[in-house]
Amino acid sequence: MDDATVLAAGAETIPREAETAGRHRSRWILRRGLFGLFTLLVISILIFFATHVLPGNAAQAILGHTATPARVHQLERQLGLDRSILAQYWTWLSNAVRGHFGSSLAANEPVTTLIGSPLVNTLVLLGLTALIAVPVSLAVGVLAATRQNGPLDAGISAVSITLAALPEFVIGIVLVTLFATQVLKLLPSVALIPPGQDPLSSGTAMILPVATLTLAVIPYLSRLVRGSMIDVLGSEYVTMARLKGLRPRTILVRHVLRNALVPAIQGTALSLAYLLGGVVTIEYLFAYPGLGSALIAAAGERDVPVIQAICLIFAAGYVIFNMIADLLTIYVTPRLRTQ
Amino acid sequence: MAVATINSLRVEIPGGLDVVDGLSLEIGPGEVLALVGESGSGKTTIGTSMLAHARSGARITDGTITIGETEILELAAEPQRALRGKTIAYVPQEPAAALNPSIRIGRQLEEVIFDHERHVSRAQRRARVESALRDVGLPVTDEFISRYPHQLSGGQQQRVTIAMAIILAPRLLVMDEPTTGLDVTTQARILAIVRTLCRDHGIAVLYVTHDLAVVREIADRVIVLYAGRVAESGPVEDVFQQPGHPYTQALLGAVPDISERASLVQIPGRAARPGERPSGCFFHPRCPMRIERCESGEVPTIRLGTAHHACCHRAERVAQSEPRRPAPTRLPKGAEVLLAASRITASHGRTEVLHDVSLTVHERECVALVGESGSGKTTLSQCIIGLHERYTGTVVLRDRPLASSVRERPKDARRAIQYIFQSPYNSLNPRRTVGEIVALPLRVFFGSSHRELHAGVRDALERVGLSAALAAYYPDQLSGGERQRVSIARALVCRPEVLICDEVTSALDVSVQAAIVELLRGLQAENGLSLVFVTHNLALVRNIADEVVVLADGRLVERGDTASVLDAPRDPYTKQLIADTPSIKRVGDITPVS
Repeated sequence: MDDATVLAAGAETIPREAETAGRHRSRWILRRGLFGLFTLLVISILIFFATHVLPGNAAQAILGHTATPARVHQLERQLGLDRSILAQYWTWLSNAVRGHFGSSLAANEPVTTLIGSPLVNTLVLLGLTALIAVPVSLAVGVLAATRQNGPLDAGISAVSITLAALPEFVIGIVLVTLFATQVLKLLPSVALIPPGQDPLSSGTAMILPVATLTLAVIPYLSRLVRGSMIDVLGSEYVTMARLKGLRPRTILVRHVLRNALVPAIQGTALSLAYLLGGVVTIEYLFAYPGLGSALIAAAGERDVPVIQAICLIFAAGYVIFNMIADLLTIYVTPRLRTQ
Repeated sequence: MAVATINSLRVEIPGGLDVVDGLSLEIGPGEVLALVGESGSGKTTIGTSMLAHARSGARITDGTITIGETEILELAAEPQRALRGKTIAYVPQEPAAALNPSIRIGRQLEEVIFDHERHVSRAQRRARVESALRDVGLPVTDEFISRYPHQLSGGQQQRVTIAMAIILAPRLLVMDEPTTGLDVTTQARILAIVRTLCRDHGIAVLYVTHDLAVVREIADRVIVLYAGRVAESGPVEDVFQQPGHPYTQALLGAVPDISERASLVQIPGRAARPGERPSGCFFHPRCPMRIERCESGEVPTIRLGTAHHACCHRAERVAQSEPRRPAPTRLPKGAEVLLAASRITASHGRTEVLHDVSLTVHERECVALVGESGSGKTTLSQCIIGLHERYTGTVVLRDRPLASSVRERPKDARRAIQYIFQSPYNSLNPRRTVGEIVALPLRVFFGSSHRELHAGVRDALERVGLSAALAAYYPDQLSGGERQRVSIARALVCRPEVLICDEVTSALDVSVQAAIVELLRGLQAENGLSLVFVTHNLALVRNIADEVVVLADGRLVERGDTASVLDAPRDPYTKQLIADTPSIKRVGDITPVS
């Protein structure tokens, strides 16, 4: 074999398909978006019909038990409750798409105004929790993985399994007992924030709710990070990086962390989505005026339009967080975005 | 002055058992020293020890390793790190797994320089990346440098890892089976690169491999390892001409060679793992020349030539003995055509991968289907068995046309053609015992009773040389060779007429390969089986096949009688394949890359 053959063979190129890859990617994103919308549509059907089979009648609920049947009937007509259920769904859906969720039955206010402030409050709570929990989980997971089976790893495991085994509200109650009531009285035990006020300006009130949620998420996320870190640490390319004599920091940051990130991204999305819907008990515990509290109040008053709107927001959160996670995953995994 | 010296190295695994013990070796500048042995012989362990690294669990417990003037095992972690990649570099066995999937290759090359020589400017780094890529014959375009590993072919990936290893001009290169898993043409290219590096840059190479033909082609000296000890060492010519250790002789007898058709001599028993090693010479239970002295006590190292040593009481006798290697008896093939695949054109998705290929198999004939990876040989065999359904053309078994899908074929046709897969590691159900695996086809095809099943399984296992007691074992309790025998037993109980063997020995050690090949040859003689033997290994073809069909890019490029195709190939592709196949007997003429 002569040199020319060697070089020619080296130049054998896999057809460069950057453009096709780019188009392929935007098509993928579009498809993913459409699929998300479809999911939301299915969920909207479920929410609508589920709220309809709830016991009780909206008109009756508004007018109270003393209302005459004629009056109830009249209000039902006014609210469109006498039309076919499909027609009602269609009206609701076409309004919801335009951002109109109707009026609250209990407060006689547009649903959008009613849940605007709780939505902001919940998002702030969620954002703060994510901001703290994600970096801490990464750090804890990396620490545990790099000292696999050592005393530190065992300690972290024990603590995180204990925390994971406790329901969030128990963690919340313990924190309240420790820091707000019995032991120390450093922090407020409730987070009452007047509607419309920026929750961040209320300072110490946010600390306990955020701490509770953070503690609820960290065990799960950090174990996820630890697991994927251990997988990557055992991979041949990490051994290779060591045999190339790379500096430990380069190996950890560039070779291990990046590849260990994918499960962490997916896990974070799931935790955030879970938090969005799962903060109900914590908001209730701390009397935090978020979506969870709003949902509980609306359920008590059979305020169907509010229930529907909040449930739809929760569902949209799931869809959006997972979509962001998928995009990030594609971003950190070249294999998925190149051919 | 030696570049690297190992002195009585000992590597232990937990429990105090040793993988390698008392091992010493020396490599001079520009020299290629081959380390040969079967799986478990400790060759990779020695290779990574050169970089003061032991795989997790293992530990270097004794010995010294000197690179130049430096005793590397005594260094602290940081100076050890500084040596790795700079003074001693490593080329891994599986480049696809060893390259980080999420970093562009240019950056993976550059970071080696960056982490070892911080003062080098960006432009200089880039220049050195380009020059290293040029050294291994890869393109230096921006487009190529910014590719991710998965955008390269296997051969290109391996050349990237070699470029990565030589980028800091190390004094010693440890290459761990760098060509296993590559096809012969790519292998020839890699070997040429290694030769050039030694010649032009004076780099010493420790070449770890199980392939004796490659050793003959590339190495100056060779060390044969058995159970973590040196069995024999010396210049390649001496060791190959006059092996002084029965194990070396047995290995040479087990390797098929492209230049002549000979029986492959099996090595009885299996390699002694840590913890199962006998007293005395570790090889004595498998040795045909053992005497009483071999069973206990120290084994002397006997000098057979200037630098040729063998660790055997009877080294001188062994060196003078002529190995028996009888030519295999060859049965005439039958006159009747058993299986005919004609004008097969098959596609994967929208891509046509097989274009108008025909194949006939006579009774008692072994047809080899040869080609590099991607040539369509597995697709063709899967069309024949009915696993690849999207094809046009016909498959005829004894004048009876078969449906394209195995599901639509009559029971008897399904029984008559059996398939043995490449990897015995994932073609056996891990949750079924060997007995259940072998019994299943008996039940399906013959509706055998419980007692018949039992007898059938025992009989089949014995025919493939396994103890009937293995029926109660699960596949993961068996070695690779044993598993492949189970696959064969599973096919045999069907009383097949055609056996399709898809690269059945490529995952196995040479001694195990010899046993499997001889087993298949025996079955062919006894039972009149016809074989379709799919392989990329021309040396094996020479040894087992009656007829050869050569595929390239999904087209049939040459077919004919084995001897005439291998001795007088007509197609340029076949000529290239034969030229690239290394041989123990015929020393090749690898032209170094400039």
